[in-house]
Amino acid sequence: MPDILMPALSPTMEEGKLAKWLVKEGDKVGPGDVIAEIETDKATMEVEAVDEGTIGKLLVEEGTDSVKVNTPIAQLLVEGEEPSDAAPAAADAPKESEQPGPDAGTNGVSQPTVSSKPDAAPAAPQFTPKGDPDIPDGVEMVTVTVREALRDAMAEEMRADKDVFVMGEEVAEYQGAYKVTQGLLQEFGPERVIDTPITEHGFAGLGVGAAFAGLKPIIEFMTWNFGMQAIDQIINSAAKQLYMSGGQVSAPMVFRGPNGAAARVGAQHSQDFSAWYSHVPGLIVIAPYTAADAKGLLKAAIRSKNPVVFLENEILYGTTGEVPKMDDFVLPIGKARIAREGKDVTVVSFSMGMRYATQATEKLVAAGVDVELIDLRTLRPMDIGTIVESVKKTGRIVTVEEGWPQGGIGAEIAAQLMEHAFDYLDAPVTRVTGKDVPMPYAANLEKLALPSVDEVIAAVNAVTYR
Amino acid sequence: MARKATATKAKATTNAPEFTKDQELEAFREMLLIRRFEEKAGQMYGMGLIGGFCHLYIGQEAVVTGITMASKKGEDAQITGYRDHGHMLVMGLDPAGVMAELTGRQGGLSKGKGGSMHMFSNEHRFYGGNGIVGAQASLGTGLAFASKYRGDGSVSITYFGDGAANQGQVYESFNMAKLWKLPVVYIIENNKYAMGTSIERAASTTDLSQRGVSFGIPGEQVDGMDVRLVYEAAKRAIEHARSGKGPYILEMLTYRYRGHSMSDPAKYRSKDEVTAMRTERDPIEQVRKRIIELGYASEDDLKEVEKEVRAIVTQAADFATSDPEPDPSELWTDILVDE
Repeated sequence: MPDILMPALSPTMEEGKLAKWLVKEGDKVGPGDVIAEIETDKATMEVEAVDEGTIGKLLVEEGTDSVKVNTPIAQLLVEGEEPSDAAPAAADAPKESEQPGPDAGTNGVSQPTVSSKPDAAPAAPQFTPKGDPDIPDGVEMVTVTVREALRDAMAEEMRADKDVFVMGEEVAEYQGAYKVTQGLLQEFGPERVIDTPITEHGFAGLGVGAAFAGLKPIIEFMTWNFGMQAIDQIINSAAKQLYMSGGQVSAPMVFRGPNGAAARVGAQHSQDFSAWYSHVPGLIVIAPYTAADAKGLLKAAIRSKNPVVFLENEILYGTTGEVPKMDDFVLPIGKARIAREGKDVTVVSFSMGMRYATQATEKLVAAGVDVELIDLRTLRPMDIGTIVESVKKTGRIVTVEEGWPQGGIGAEIAAQLMEHAFDYLDAPVTRVTGKDVPMPYAANLEKLALPSVDEVIAAVNAVTYR
Repeated sequence: MARKATATKAKATTNAPEFTKDQELEAFREMLLIRRFEEKAGQMYGMGLIGGFCHLYIGQEAVVTGITMASKKGEDAQITGYRDHGHMLVMGLDPAGVMAELTGRQGGLSKGKGGSMHMFSNEHRFYGGNGIVGAQASLGTGLAFASKYRGDGSVSITYFGDGAANQGQVYESFNMAKLWKLPVVYIIENNKYAMGTSIERAASTTDLSQRGVSFGIPGEQVDGMDVRLVYEAAKRAIEHARSGKGPYILEMLTYRYRGHSMSDPAKYRSKDEVTAMRTERDPIEQVRKRIIELGYASEDDLKEVEKEVRAIVTQAADFATSDPEPDPSELWTDILVDE
């Protein structure tokens, strides 16, 4: 004979008033029939029968206040049963300590044991990045722009895998708003190089849906500023999908486009979203500086079975670098690059920040400071190991980024070093960042808002007490 | 108002297409499974076994049942919002796995890591279970894009509610779907209330079937309480999409008996309104009545079906309460695909 229990009608409800019985003893009820009304401080709710049967004893009188959730309030007699005089199942009611809450147990229902001590979360698995591939001797190095390197990466991957396609505003007939997709339409046709309407939220979501179905979309945002229209689909759909589905459905895709400050375009078109995306588990975030890294990492991103946020930089598109001429030049995701080895001080940066860091390093080295310069390349997973090893050697570190200081990449590195290299630090971790202001338009103010080579040099001087 | 007119006309159901005996019995069983499953879920929520949000499908069973009967199971993709239990049951996902996901256990469809609003199956081509209102409109359009890209002939059946029908990305999706002639059928499950806000208080035009007009997408209103009418309209719409003519909109006039979620007392509508729907328009009772009248089965036969369905639900509930919670190590799995 099943008891009808006082229900919880919200995750936080612990007790309520049994306001009214809508049935009497002996009434026949079926699933869905409303049998009582209960009141909480928030609302009056109806209680429905779940099973078919006859109402036996009403165990709680109407008008009773403070009836604990899961207390039996009536008996339900299923076919052929007689009402029982047995004491109302007070003993069946869960003990005070087990009372409600979404985790509470009930009698006859097996529940996982609740430990009195909070369970420590198991340790996060360690990420061990692979090293860069060896470039065979004698491989020709070709000088290309970052723009060409990115285009070549897409073209090579599209040749190799017909599930890869590019979609975005002006990617096809216009040849790319910044000419990154130049020539792709001519080679791959309009089925695989797709001009979209100006509709970031929609085409980002469409791309995620196509990825659920097994395609490998490259979604280009004309800039990441416009990607803000689509951030819900990137974070709530793409990044969380694998976890929410217990590993069943993933979103193998790349969201890419220029990020960070452009030139003289003001607050809505000049900002760095690196820290935003690097915050989110379920995403891979890449922000290359050199042409070779742009190519090798974009190829890796397209091949990845995970959603990748690929942050390019408009000002860097036209810069050149040497890229090895190989059939398949792919770089490992999650591995920082030591751009220059040194022993006096570590300077770590990524993307456009590397330009300030590189120029500062040249001047500092000329002045006799042996700088170790690290290019993060991937922001998530971040290669903290390489930074820690460097700091163990130098004892000093300066981080450089265009983004805002609060909750930034430099802030994260500082916190990581407190945890992993505190005893090795001979000076405070020092950040060079964009100023904590929306980007101004006026040329002089814009310059002030951005980090500068001089600021990097000043920071290095400060941590080396020069 | 068009909506009222359709509902009234549909009430007469004189023009309703005939179902065969097998179809009537299939519809009865599928809808009953949803109803009993959801009642059980409501009860288990009341016992504290299910946490968080729990949105029940009770009252709307004919929509997903009729549409799924008209689709190619295992080929056509389906995607919906957070009121998703019924969709999974009709698509053939394991009821015990669904219930165990509601209770957050390791045997749940998402290993207990998704919950009521987040369940998926590549095998059955069910893509959720999406918690952000309207997000599934773009995602479902992407499923259709993939179908066209591959030329596999499948159709994306993309459900959203009258509330989501006011989200911007729905119209971004309509535009692209029509522009590129994507094989998608948008099912607007209009249960008249977006949480507690009635459609009249939220929508400048309440005939949601016409929301595709400015994109050139055909749409029609359907009595979503009559599974035969749902089936017939879905056949037409799915055929339209599959034949390369692009998207189609079906607005299903339906009704949820319960609150928006378990913690909603539903004070924004009258008891009479709910009672009238339940007694006069109930989708399951309509089928039951026809089955008996046409002699397709006896009361006793239907009792047997009841019994079978009840056994499935009981088994699901037992599994969902005895299966252990996920191992703590699962905290760190399925964040990224290992590479």
